[in-house]
Amino acid sequence: MGRCDGKVALVTGGASGIGAACARMLAQQGARVIIADRDEAGGRKVAGEIGDAAGFVALDVASQASWDAAVAATLEAFGGWNVLINCAGILRYGSIESETMDDWRQIMEINVKGTWRGCKLAVTHMKAGGGSIVNLSSIAGIEAGADLCAYSTSKGAVRLLTKSVALYCAEHGWQVRCNSVHPGIIETPMLHSYFAEREDPQGEREAWDQVMPLGIRGEPEDIGHMVVYLASDESRLVTGAEMVVDGGAMAR
Amino acid sequence: MNGRLKNKVALVTGGASGFGRQSALRLAEEGALVCVADLNEAGGEETAAMLGPRGFFRRHDVTQEDDWIATIKAVLDRFSKLDVLVNSAGVAAAADNIEDADDAVWDLVMDVNLTGTYLGCRHAIAPMRRAGGGSIINLASVLALKGEGGALAYCASKGGVRLLTKSVAVHCGNQRNNIRCNAICPGYMLTGMLREFLDNLNDREGEHARIAAMHALGRLGDADDIAQMVLYLASDESKFVTGAEMVVDGGFTAG
Repeated sequence: MGRCDGKVALVTGGASGIGAACARMLAQQGARVIIADRDEAGGRKVAGEIGDAAGFVALDVASQASWDAAVAATLEAFGGWNVLINCAGILRYGSIESETMDDWRQIMEINVKGTWRGCKLAVTHMKAGGGSIVNLSSIAGIEAGADLCAYSTSKGAVRLLTKSVALYCAEHGWQVRCNSVHPGIIETPMLHSYFAEREDPQGEREAWDQVMPLGIRGEPEDIGHMVVYLASDESRLVTGAEMVVDGGAMAR
Repeated sequence: MNGRLKNKVALVTGGASGFGRQSALRLAEEGALVCVADLNEAGGEETAAMLGPRGFFRRHDVTQEDDWIATIKAVLDRFSKLDVLVNSAGVAAAADNIEDADDAVWDLVMDVNLTGTYLGCRHAIAPMRRAGGGSIINLASVLALKGEGGALAYCASKGGVRLLTKSVAVHCGNQRNNIRCNAICPGYMLTGMLREFLDNLNDREGEHARIAAMHALGRLGDADDIAQMVLYLASDESKFVTGAEMVVDGGFTAG
């Protein structure tokens, strides 16, 4: 018996990294999954590897029309929708002095407004039959980084957006839960391209490794396990919570 | 089930009832061998009987260091190792505010909830290190995150457990011993502890409704809600998780 039997999940950012791991692991536990991403080749590849339980839809989370089409495609493919994993996001280096208005706008548009758009659609569709929304925040949404100004701000917004959605649904008696996951440093293409663009990738890599007392590097599957728990009915009492999966970084 | 705890050995304090019993049952269902430890012999034996050959009971007072030494020895004698410790034993006191507080109540609550958890963490580390790692799970509470006027010692003890957990986690990380330590913060749950509290009130239904309304979902959880999180933290699925506080509370702390 799968832990997510009967679930239909839309996973944004599902073509790679944490999103791809979530899609695979949800499908392993019996969910049917729509992988939604701007990266069509990557997304189709992940969907193909999963097989009949998965489909791909092109999604630009910054576009409302694109969101509407992705939800319509999910409903058409699997006849329902009860899990949303808001995983699409971008990470850029930048302090309050160095980052440009364009950087700021783009990070907010994708990380915050993209998640907001997804939550809004999910609540509308799920309030009748119940569901689970999982928003990928970050440990940077709990403790800021000086050189991650817009990113930290965006992830902090996702943290409180999550709680507001959770409270709203609960107050109306809808069985729609909404929780955030706060990964530490996870080995993903997003992280590796971040390092690659830095002046001293090796030095920065070593500094970031020091952040986590556990002394191991996080894998996308580490986040996937928490997402499976939050998507499943095992977490039926859990809403508005912030789940930290970070190798101990926030413990000190 | 899915074998999520295959080949693991777990020690669960407070295993005679409530979260402790349900956690013991879930861990065993997923393949663990379990020692049920509690002061309550009848309840503890009953839990062990439910586990059959996968479990046994030990009478255990978490405030007594000698009991920890003897119980952990018994686990090692019986199952050869220790991978998981669930510190679930706890007590609560009603109408315990800073003005009416009673020293004896304070001492009892701090001894069981905080000192008991400290002793468990302390004595679990050596056998877990020998086993190549392990997972310690401490039951804190939403009252480790928010204050309640009439739960003075309980709030203080659970707040202590929350940060004790993080200190243990950072230490073990620094030691690279592959031992993780995490806390769970349940909301108010309909277990024996709360039922007993409600049964002693004149307006049982009114108080139940008041407490349920403090949770956004408008209802109280049950022991299985906590056991599912215990299972996640006990398994290798959470191998990257340490020093975390996992809130399972029906939205109590969200607003």
